[in-house]
Amino acid sequence: MNDFRLPLGELAESVIEVVTDVFGGFFAVVRAIFAGLYDAVDLLLSAPPFGVIIAVFAALAFFLRGWKLAVGTVLGLLVIVGVDQWENAMDTLALVLVASAIAIAVAVPIGILAARSDTASKIIRPILDFMQTMPAFVYLIPALILFRVGVVPGIVATIVFAMAPGVRLTELGIRGVDKEVVEAGHAFGSSPSRILRQIQLPLAMPSIMAGVNQVIMLSLSMVVIAGMVGAGGLGGQVVQSLTRIDVGLGFEAGLSVVILAIILDRLTGALGGLRGRRAKRVRRADAAGRAPQQTPPATGPTSGPAAAPAANEAGPVASVAQ
Amino acid sequence: MPDNPNPGQQLPETTALEVRHLTKFFGRRPREALERLTQGAGRDEVASLGTAAVIDADFDVRRGEIFVVMGLSGSGKSTLIRMLNGLVEPTDGTVTVMGEQITDVAPKRLRAVRRRRVSMVFQHFALLPHRTVRENAAYGLEIQGVPLAERRARADRILDRVGLGGWGDKMPAELSGGMQQRVGLARALASDTDILLMDEAFSALDPLIRREMQEQLVELQQELGKTIVFITHDLNEAMFLGDRIAVMRDGRIVQLGTAEEILTDPADDYVAQFVQDVDRARVLTAGNVMEAPRAVVTASAGPRAALRSMRDLQTSMVFVVGNGRRLLGVAHDRDVLRLVQRGERDLAGVISDDHPVVGVDEHLSELFGSAVESQLPLAVVDDQGRLLGAVPRVTLLAALGNVPTDTAEQAIIATPATIPVDVITATLHRTAAAEAAAADATPAPAAGERSPA
Repeated sequence: MNDFRLPLGELAESVIEVVTDVFGGFFAVVRAIFAGLYDAVDLLLSAPPFGVIIAVFAALAFFLRGWKLAVGTVLGLLVIVGVDQWENAMDTLALVLVASAIAIAVAVPIGILAARSDTASKIIRPILDFMQTMPAFVYLIPALILFRVGVVPGIVATIVFAMAPGVRLTELGIRGVDKEVVEAGHAFGSSPSRILRQIQLPLAMPSIMAGVNQVIMLSLSMVVIAGMVGAGGLGGQVVQSLTRIDVGLGFEAGLSVVILAIILDRLTGALGGLRGRRAKRVRRADAAGRAPQQTPPATGPTSGPAAAPAANEAGPVASVAQ
Repeated sequence: MPDNPNPGQQLPETTALEVRHLTKFFGRRPREALERLTQGAGRDEVASLGTAAVIDADFDVRRGEIFVVMGLSGSGKSTLIRMLNGLVEPTDGTVTVMGEQITDVAPKRLRAVRRRRVSMVFQHFALLPHRTVRENAAYGLEIQGVPLAERRARADRILDRVGLGGWGDKMPAELSGGMQQRVGLARALASDTDILLMDEAFSALDPLIRREMQEQLVELQQELGKTIVFITHDLNEAMFLGDRIAVMRDGRIVQLGTAEEILTDPADDYVAQFVQDVDRARVLTAGNVMEAPRAVVTASAGPRAALRSMRDLQTSMVFVVGNGRRLLGVAHDRDVLRLVQRGERDLAGVISDDHPVVGVDEHLSELFGSAVESQLPLAVVDDQGRLLGAVPRVTLLAALGNVPTDTAEQAIIATPATIPVDVITATLHRTAAAEAAAADATPAPAAGERSPA
């Protein structure tokens, strides 16, 4: 019974071997590009004094979400500075940003493809399942072989692991766009690419942004694993604390990861909500317009602009009724 | 199809849409299903292979008409309308839009036809929620490549026309359902295509708004002369809007004709059952139910001819018409009798206009008021005031109940005579001698007088 054994492991080994032999040059190029991107972003984040970076993040938080998030961002980042993890945090951030950007750049087109073709969707789905559920450590092995120790295998493993929700939520968002609206685009003679640009992508945007958010979150969860292959940053610190049984260092580095994660989550979450916020404003004006007589002048700053369309609304409705 | 046995002979300029043997089958083996369908198989018989949404639809839509396709849900009408602009590719058959075939053509050609020829209004409006009302109305123009400033101006004009002037900067979500569909209509109209496809366009609106939109659509159609293909499951809506109506059942068109034809002569039991519930008063017009007016005299014929005519028809009134059958009024037997007794030869003095007059296109629902006010038959006239017919009260009632009226039954139809026949005959006889002696220019009628005794 034990005589027979599926030689899957050997198969994987030989595949990687062949790939390394045949596409070695290609992977060298990829490695150079990823490393270059990482270095550039890392330089951008690490070179200025931490105060500047904190100010930039606070400003982003303020515009996307409001002053509460801005204050929280400043406090959180100051904690990271306070535990002396600033540089590591910026290294990690650079890795996360580069990996996420590449993952999104790959995931969104694949998601669009999956949304447009049922066949593509059927092929892509099991691949995504595989990528998402295969233990992340496993990616590190071939990544190490193909890209050697350093930050690049970390980025690659992160991309593979984090990409799936980007694809899934893009597909879901586009498929969820009202069929009749897409049909209207066709009925007026719009080309498929134009329908994609003008109707499907804008209407799928909240879902796509949720995908972006998920990709970034998953990327962050990979930093520790990336740290094991020499990617450095906070992940490297955590690995180090593990080998030295250093509770203090582990806690500080871990807390920094958490702080980064929360800030990135809130910022990207707000990105998806930008359109939603406009719709909410519209609904509020609408609600006020439906019952203009119930709007007392003391309801605050919104009553002014809301009351104007209300008066406006009464006009055409009355004339239409005649 | 019943209305058009010789499609080849029709002038192409009068046809907006030509649909030939159009079939759509959703399933794995369309060829096999098609073969069985063309041999006359019904939808049920090919159900094992898939769904036959539309089977052998064949009709023409004339330019400038409102063509309604009526059927319950699942009858295939939505698929049919989507084949008219290529949103659904037919399994078999052809569609020709303004002389240009759109089946089996490259996507690019098809898009060009959609841009220039056919626009569409959707059941759930299908507005772009992330664009303003004006941008929505201008969408078709944007696809056509019309410059921004011009398309904005044109969109604003059309929005004005559908009653949404000043709403251009709002988002669709800020509008009520009826107003959103006005935007949908404006978007289709702004594209300035020859043909408008309307897919259950008013079905999602509440009844009051729906009625308003129907009336506005008819008004717009008369003003702009668009060809409209309108899909509905509401027979009353079909009857109100449609110049012609195609009734669909199980994928086939079971009857095609005017509202009146379908109402008075349903093709089968299914259609008959359907039209039972129709508000006939809103469908039938005075012209549909009117009788030929029997008691009619020309003003120049004089009182004697009028009196004789009333005696013969046993009625108390005649319609008096002038040149070209223009209705002048009615004359009552007592007044005419008096004229004859006095030997006067001009009817003008007794023509009264206190009788109800209705237009030939007025719906029965608009006739009731007049019918209540006067017991005289309603005079039916055309635009020029020419007398076309009469609608006695009984006819009105019979039309509502779908009871056949027998026009030979004079006593029922006309107002009964108020003066006994022999009195009239005696009067005519007595005055005849005087007439002849006067050596007037019209001796002929006198010669015709005979005593019934």
